[in-house]
Formats: sequence, C-alpha cells, structure tokens
Amino acid sequence: MSSGLTLTEKILARASGLPRVEAGGYVEAEVDLVMMHDLTGPLALDAFERLVERRVWNPGRVVVVFDHQVPADTVRSAELQRRLRRFVAEYGVRNFYDVGKGGICHEVLPEKGHVKPGDLVVGADSHTCTYGALGAFATGVGSTDVAAVLAQGRLWFRVPETVRVVVEGRFQRYVSAKDLILHMAGCLGEDGANYKSLEFTGSTVGKMGMDGRMTLCNMVVELGAKAGLVPPDGVTFRYLEGRVAGSLRPLYPDEGAEYEGELSFSVDSLEPQVACPPRVANVKPVGEVAGLPVDQAVLGSCTNGRMDDLREAAGLLRGRRVKDGVRMIVLPASQEIYLRALEEGLLEVFARAGAAVGPPNCGPCLGGHFGLLAEGEVCISSTNRNFTGRMGSPGAKVYLASPATVAASAVTGRITDPREVGGR
Amino acid sequence: MRVEGRALKFGDNVNTDLILPGKYLVLTRPEDLAAHAMEGLDPGFPRKAQEYGLVVAGVNFGGGSSREHAALALKHAGVRCVVAESFARIFFRNAINNGLPAVACPGISSKVEEGDRLEVELEKGLVTNKSKGVTLQAKPFPGFLLGILRDGGLIPHLNKKHSENKPSLGEGKPSRQGVSSPF
Repeated sequence: MSSGLTLTEKILARASGLPRVEAGGYVEAEVDLVMMHDLTGPLALDAFERLVERRVWNPGRVVVVFDHQVPADTVRSAELQRRLRRFVAEYGVRNFYDVGKGGICHEVLPEKGHVKPGDLVVGADSHTCTYGALGAFATGVGSTDVAAVLAQGRLWFRVPETVRVVVEGRFQRYVSAKDLILHMAGCLGEDGANYKSLEFTGSTVGKMGMDGRMTLCNMVVELGAKAGLVPPDGVTFRYLEGRVAGSLRPLYPDEGAEYEGELSFSVDSLEPQVACPPRVANVKPVGEVAGLPVDQAVLGSCTNGRMDDLREAAGLLRGRRVKDGVRMIVLPASQEIYLRALEEGLLEVFARAGAAVGPPNCGPCLGGHFGLLAEGEVCISSTNRNFTGRMGSPGAKVYLASPATVAASAVTGRITDPREVGGR
Repeated sequence: MRVEGRALKFGDNVNTDLILPGKYLVLTRPEDLAAHAMEGLDPGFPRKAQEYGLVVAGVNFGGGSSREHAALALKHAGVRCVVAESFARIFFRNAINNGLPAVACPGISSKVEEGDRLEVELEKGLVTNKSKGVTLQAKPFPGFLLGILRDGGLIPHLNKKHSENKPSLGEGKPSRQGVSSPF
C-alpha cells in the first residue's frame, strides 16, 4: 500500500493530472495563476515576443501588478510600465493593478481573491511563496518561465521534498511571526531548506492570523525553500469570505503523509530576533545587537506591511516621536491597507510621530527606488533581505526585524527590544 | 555538449543582488546588463568573463531575488557555464531557460583555482580540471533539461516543439520517475 501524500504533493499531482507524484520526480503541471510585476514583466514580454505563436492561454489567469518602481521614478521606469500597460490592453488581461489601484503584488493577489487553497501559482518574483499562507502551492520563477506559462498555461516542476514544521506555544507580547521565521533562518541557514517545501502546522500556526501566516510563508525563500504552506482552516476560509468568487477546491495533507523530515519550534520563550547584515541567516536575539545607532527605520514590504504590522508599530509610536536624526518610512502594503490604516487613525499616528508615510509599493527594500542608504548608514527594517548593497550603498548596513522592533528602534534611535519601549 | 574555458572563482552564497544589483533591474538589453555583471563582487568581471568563460562557485549560487537579469548578465558578459557546489532553484531555472548550463558539482570548490582550465561534459555530468588532471562527477541533467539546453533555452525549445506540432515539452518531457536533483 502506498503512503499518504503531503499537501505539496497533492496539489502538484492534481495540477499534473496524475494520481500521485513523488519527491524528486519531474512533472509538467497546469498552472492556475501567473503573476508578473513592473520589473520582471518586461523581460517576460521580451521572451513572449520571441515565441512563434504569441497568444495568451487564458488572460483571466494572468495578474500584472505595478509595485517595484512606482510611481515611476525615472523616464526608463515609465517606459517599461507603458509597455506592460499596452500588453495588458492588447491581450485583454483585466487583472491589472496600476498605481493607486493595488499595491505590493504579494498582498494584492490574496487580498483581491486571486489565490485559492489548492491552487498552483507561479510568479516572476521570489516572494511568490507568500500565497502558501492560503494553502496554495506558490513559487517564484523567472521571466522566461512566465512567458512559457502565458503561452501554454503549463510549466515544468521538480516535486520538492516536503518538511513538516510544527510550531507550538504562545508568542510573548511584541514577538510575532517575523521573529519566528528569522529564528528559523538562523537555525537552518540560508540554504537550509534549499528546494524543499515547508508545511507549517501546530497550535501557534493554527491561532496565527492570515497576516502572520503570510509573513511566515513569505520568507521561506530566505531559507532556500521552494514553497511554504499552511493547510487551509477556519482562519483561511474566513479570510476568503467576500474575496473569492466561485467554488473552492481545497486540498489537505493525507493522514500518514510521508514527510522528508520534521522540525519542531516552540515560541513560548522566543525573544525578538534581528538578522544582521549581510545574511538573512545571521540572526541574533535583539539583546545582542541592542544599542546600535540607526539612521533609518523602514516599516512595510511584502513581508510586514499589513494591518497587524501597522497596528503593532502604531501601538508603540502613539504619543511618541521618531528620534531626531532618524528618518522613518512607512509603506502600507496595499491601497486597501492604506485606506483601513487611514480609517483606523494609524496613518495619523505615524505622521504625528514624524514618520514619512508613502504610497503602497516595495519602497527601499530592493534598493531601486526611494529611501536609499548612504555609505556607512544603518537601517532597521521590517523587509526581507539585508544583502550587501540591497538598500543602496554597498557600504550601508540593513538589520532585519519585526514591525515592533523597527518602531521601538525608531523611537530610541538605536536597535531596541520593543518590550523595553512598550512594557512586557 | 561540451563547454571549455578557464575558471573565475567565487565563494558561497553569491546572491542575485551581488550578481546584478537592484538598481539595474530597469535595464533589459543584454549588453547593458552584461556591463554590470557581478558588480557587487568584482567590477572588473565583465572584462574577464569574455576571456575566461566559466564561473566556479560554492554553495547556493544565485540565491535571493528571482531576477532573470542576473542569469542574462552573466551569459551576455561571456559566461558559457556556471559550475557550483549547489544552486538556488530560481537562478537554476533562469540559467537553463536562457541556455546557460548551471552544473551542480559537489566538491568543485576545493578542486579548482582561479584560472584553471576546465572541460564540462553536460550529458555525462563530468567536470574535468585539465590544469590539475582531476575529474569530478556532477549531478546530471534530466533529459528534458538537456533538450532545453541543446535548443539554446526554453523559448527556442518551445518554438521548435511548435514547428514540430508537439505543443507540450514533447520528447524527454518530465516524468514522475525519481531522478536525483540536478541542483
């Protein structure tokens, strides 16, 4: 008798029209949704235009989001974006989110109901793995891959080994999903899950809201993983209510599914974590780096620009000021989040604290747009990468942390344990 | 398929922000990208790449961002093959999809010095250091990936299949039989 399948294997089997798939094998699978943005889209169009037969297999399953260099910062960016606007118009791609209509792709796709449990999703962005939070198999691919999917709706995949990750316990106050995934990166290393799929379970994940789950799944790629998934549950279906149309086809891991391995984490005594440059896996408890002066604090990105993140940071900034000599940049992850934060008064909290609130976009995270760092400067950031040169000068340093740690550090002007500002 | 050249050597965890910094992602012409290849590690790289032709690196080459610009920059700077201890998966796809062989060869770092003359046999997955007289067994490519490399990348491969009226990946298409990972 054959063993049960993991959620990863069940999604890839269904998408390939096979009764079962095995880790290490290769499949050609039907993709449910493909995404590209303003920086990876132009290369995808270059590849698409080299195809003999230039037709889009299903325009309804294509999503285009402008989030990296928006609003256009240079004439060059404006021209790339104009090219993509012409493409979506020519090929009838209606799921197009222009400036002011969407936000960061990895918030927009779930938020607008494009991702459903059990789906196979690919996107020309490494953080496409975020959608695993909804029980989908979602993974980042290249621009040529996207061109192939645009044309034929199919792509080759290697079936990854699945690792079960069990997380138990209750987070302390001001400790969150970001601290958990940074801690995991520190334990496993930046290629510690290379090529694997991580399936999260346990009481901590069960109680975690969708915002936290997206933070968790978003950063599995920083451990090298192909995907990170949370099997759908009540939290998932409540999130989907009012967002998705049509029937759902959720899948779940089999009882007795065969995992390559299992990892266990307890969060009861987990402290706020900081990833020190130039590696995401170079993680230390905040106490070991506390006191380091910062020049910039960034709150936002596809990792930590959601409502829970903004609320946590605003709670620490309410009635306080961003320290003189520190500039804080706040970027809600989407237009919808921007509006909700406006209605809840969070944007006023940030503005009164002396933070610069910007439009929903990727901002300084990838160093292509505003908010860059000069040589020798230090940034505490809720984003996902701290590589050399990532946020501007190769001589600048980026420390990654939770929204709470970023807000607390902005107030004191030094890397700070949020529990010392907010109280334990 | 056989690739020969001399090795330009790099360490572990060379991520795509180092191969092509984010500020250049608005570039799309191959020659413009090539001018900035490896700028995060060695601004002189584009000059040397043409002459050497091969990159040898440690574990997790190409980690981080999915930017295909990184693979394009290396290829058009004159790199004909990247041999590394292991690859990050999206870079691996991007390289193959652009006809740039990415050969995972455990043990390669300690057997190659900068400037060594190498020969890579893709079908057999053999990497020979001719300067030192050592041959290593790399992880071989499954057949359908060799097919993509032979055709010069995924787009020409799909065009060939189209002209042969075989809309899928066709012969040598992925099977669910276990094959060891080429990463």
